[in-house]
Amino acid sequence: MAKEMRIVLRNADQINPEKIEDYLQAGGYKALEKARSMSRQDLIAEVKKSNLRGRGGAGFNAGMKWSFVPEAPVKYVVCNLDEGEPGTYKDRTIVEKDPQRLLEGMAICGHAINSNQGYIYCRGEYPYVVDLLRRAIDQARDNGVLGDFDIEVRMGGGAYVCGEETALIESIEGHRGEPRFKPPFPGVSGLWAKPTVVNNVETFANLPDIVMQGGEWFASIGTPSYPGTKVLTLTGDVVNRIPIEVPTNTTIREVIFEFGGGIRGGKKFKAVQIGGTSGGFIPESLLDTPIDADSMRNIGATLGTGAVLVMDETRDIVDIVTRISKFFEHESCGKCNPCREGTFRAYEIMKKINNGQAAPADLDKLALLSRVMTKACLCGLGQAAPGPILTTMEHFNSEYQARLQI
Amino acid sequence: MATIQDIITSYKDKPGGIIEAYHAVQREYNYLPEEAVEFAAQVFGISAAQAFGVATFYSYLSVAKRGQYIIRMCESAPCHIAGADILIKAFEDALGIKVGETTADGKFTLELTECVGQCQGTPVITINSIPYIDMNPEQVPTVLALCQ
Ligand SMILES: Cc1cc2nc3c(=O)[nH]c(=O)nc-3n(C[C@H](O)[C@H](O)[C@H](O)COP(=O)(O)O)c2cc1C
Ligand code: SF4
Ligand code: FES
Repeated sequence: MAKEMRIVLRNADQINPEKIEDYLQAGGYKALEKARSMSRQDLIAEVKKSNLRGRGGAGFNAGMKWSFVPEAPVKYVVCNLDEGEPGTYKDRTIVEKDPQRLLEGMAICGHAINSNQGYIYCRGEYPYVVDLLRRAIDQARDNGVLGDFDIEVRMGGGAYVCGEETALIESIEGHRGEPRFKPPFPGVSGLWAKPTVVNNVETFANLPDIVMQGGEWFASIGTPSYPGTKVLTLTGDVVNRIPIEVPTNTTIREVIFEFGGGIRGGKKFKAVQIGGTSGGFIPESLLDTPIDADSMRNIGATLGTGAVLVMDETRDIVDIVTRISKFFEHESCGKCNPCREGTFRAYEIMKKINNGQAAPADLDKLALLSRVMTKACLCGLGQAAPGPILTTMEHFNSEYQARLQI
Repeated sequence: MATIQDIITSYKDKPGGIIEAYHAVQREYNYLPEEAVEFAAQVFGISAAQAFGVATFYSYLSVAKRGQYIIRMCESAPCHIAGADILIKAFEDALGIKVGETTADGKFTLELTECVGQCQGTPVITINSIPYIDMNPEQVPTVLALCQ
């Protein structure tokens, strides 16, 4: 029987998230103290050694990202709490259960890159999380634990693209949330053109334990190339729709059938989409894959945010992908042509297929368009949007064929 | 109720504070009246076109007048397979309006939204940002009755 392993959710339901005293009692802020006793180089080296990879989707080595930040009088630490990927509620869970852990993680990053100002960009749909965080920051400030590091919470406006780090930065600056061209990367020129580290909530929340227990300890958990744990959020036709935290060598099958308790109503499994609405669809035959980002990429899927949307045998794949296409058409920011037009056309063709009005040539067009978008779109939104279409055309092709007009 | 001018002016010195100012106005007025956007343009030293550009980019902000209770129904894939369509129809029928409309008495506005991050309890709606999870059509009258 696979077991949960709790690092970022260690204190969940064990302490009162409204009370910094509880967090301190549980050993909170000892890691920050230890980090501050280390040289910045040693701290970055330790985080690099842990091989902690970003938990927001792209999976970049966090210590490595920090090591690229140049010297400058002003730098920023930005936490990405935009969590717009449908099916995902992990960052909310982490913060609602243990907000101080995030603040401590950000302050550790602040020491590593020599920054004394942090921002948390929280999605507008979570006003109650914004309030909780502001209370937590006040307590941390009054308690003096943050020292000269300060944190401000900014609220997003319900645009999925603002989870993309440069769009997020534009949004904090008070602009429309359109992604920037890269390079320069935010680490060099980010918020107000200052060097800026953007990391996900879960990435920051791992830092206190890495500092306390060492990079080697962390690197030995789960799959070596993507070590540690991952918080997954189960949704759809699974018995237990819950957040879980598991080592990254846990398989998809264990996630669904052991932690998730299997399929609801005694039905059979059909498909699972992991990583949010931009993730690939995975058939039964690939369920023994470990959830780490590289293993997932090898089967043409993603770990992404760790959302796990389970679909039973009665679900209509074409209809679901049509709905997903509408999501991307709606959320495309319109800055670049392949995505603005591409998501529009992809949705148009998916509707045609879903309504039983498409011909075989439409499927060919859709596949070609999808491949072009993967390569030509400016940001990850447009590049990832065709994922659900391409993976379902591959693994559930018969459902498309059955819808064609003959 | 604080005036729109007071609310916006209080964010004047916050870099990039226009979005925070918009949120604050919307918390009081449920939408962004035209004068709020025009005033924000002056306060933050940008053109009215830019201020409208920001206001209309974000789906959580609305430049159209809305009711006292804003009901947003999630239609992202997890809520979709959990029966969001039927729920949406139930709200439309109960209120006698379509998605995007406001009841004649100005009490309710119906909107669609993408995932609101409560997918452990699909389908999900929010009323003035408070989530209601595991909704089914039979609960619609009860939920509407809570809006007093
Ligand atoms: C369209 C789009 C949406 C994204 N949404 C999020 C998000 O909600 N949260 C997040 O942490 N990262 C999101 N990302 C990834 C960020 O751009 C960035 O890689 C991440 O915040 C870096 O943090 P990490 O290295 O700790 O994962 C998104 C990327 C794209 C292209
Ligand atoms: S890929 Fe889409 S979301 Fe990204 S910049 Fe282009 S239009 Fe905007
Ligand atoms: S999909 Fe509806 S709340 Fe997440």
